[in-house]
Amino acid sequence: MPTWVQVVYLLCAIGFILALKGLSGPRTARRGNLVGAAAAVVGCVLPFIYVDHLDHVPLMIGAIAVGTAGGVFGARKVQMTQMPQMVALFNGVGGGAAALVALLELNHMLEVQDALDALGADVDAYGWFVYAATAFTIFVGSVSFAGSLITFAKLQELMTSRPVVFAGLPVAFGLMLLGGVGLSVLTVTDAAIGIGIALCLVGLVFGVLLVLPVGGADVPIVISLLNAFTGLTVAAGGYVLSNTLLLVGGTLVGASGTFLTLLMARAMGRSVGNIMFGALKGGSTLG
Amino acid sequence: MNEGVVWLTIFILSVFVGIEVISKVSSTLHTPLMSGANAIHGIILLGAILVTGATDSTLALVVGLVAIVLATVNMVGGFVVTDRMLQMFTRKKPAPKNEGAR
Repeated sequence: MPTWVQVVYLLCAIGFILALKGLSGPRTARRGNLVGAAAAVVGCVLPFIYVDHLDHVPLMIGAIAVGTAGGVFGARKVQMTQMPQMVALFNGVGGGAAALVALLELNHMLEVQDALDALGADVDAYGWFVYAATAFTIFVGSVSFAGSLITFAKLQELMTSRPVVFAGLPVAFGLMLLGGVGLSVLTVTDAAIGIGIALCLVGLVFGVLLVLPVGGADVPIVISLLNAFTGLTVAAGGYVLSNTLLLVGGTLVGASGTFLTLLMARAMGRSVGNIMFGALKGGSTLG
Repeated sequence: MNEGVVWLTIFILSVFVGIEVISKVSSTLHTPLMSGANAIHGIILLGAILVTGATDSTLALVVGLVAIVLATVNMVGGFVVTDRMLQMFTRKKPAPKNEGAR
């Protein structure tokens, strides 16, 4: 990667910091949002300029056009009262995108390793931590995707907004968590694309189970938490792809999103633990 | 210098910066801030472009294009919806003043 590209990535990262800073003050909020948008656009244009053998450019631009049309349409059409579920939906698709990117990168890593093995070279192309970060991105990205869709369904009243609890829920929850951890360990020890896909599926179920017991009134806090999750997955993806802008941008959102979740919970006089798991203990959180 | 430690350093510093820059947010701005942060992680679009541009199998290309569409919806939709929320904020402010003047 040329030095000037790395410098522009740094400038974009500064743009994200200024965007968050601006968004936290009433006078500067709108400008902050625009600075963030500008930094994001510059960051996404860069690979088209500096990557030597970027394939499928017309198809990718077409996909960006489709996504832009969908995003603008959704963001403009939504009623003011439906803003939180729209944010949840946007957050969910971001988490889904991160999981897919990590799956593709896992596939690429396996191909590189196979090519090395075929040459008879006894080396590991990627360290164990890269596989661990890839597994993290696949799992948590899927959790964020499925969880956000359930929060959307709850707020949009496509399903009941009351906490949904059934007898085996804590057991199923624990099993999915164990499955996620186990498959992540397998990704590090015996990576295979099938394991990555299984990790994705377990993450989807876990995401659904995570959000079902939350009552409608508490859903915005869960959206904020899932937003922080997606930020962390993007950061892990940045590490896997060796991209500083993804790492910084994702980490900023992960950290500020977690902190914001605590602030929102405090403003409501609740603890995050009680919001997430209160219904399981019998202390109901009515929506 | 160990490259892994360099990445760890960037990560840790970003955590502190992320918390610090929003620590004084007023509670009325919680939702727009969440929405703006949500748009920022749409930068995964950059990662989606990088991996899709390096694929050679058809299946991987399809998955990559889906990832690009999803990431673009996240990024573009996130920034537009945040701007709409904030527009509402700035419009609200002059309104009570005018009523007071009457």
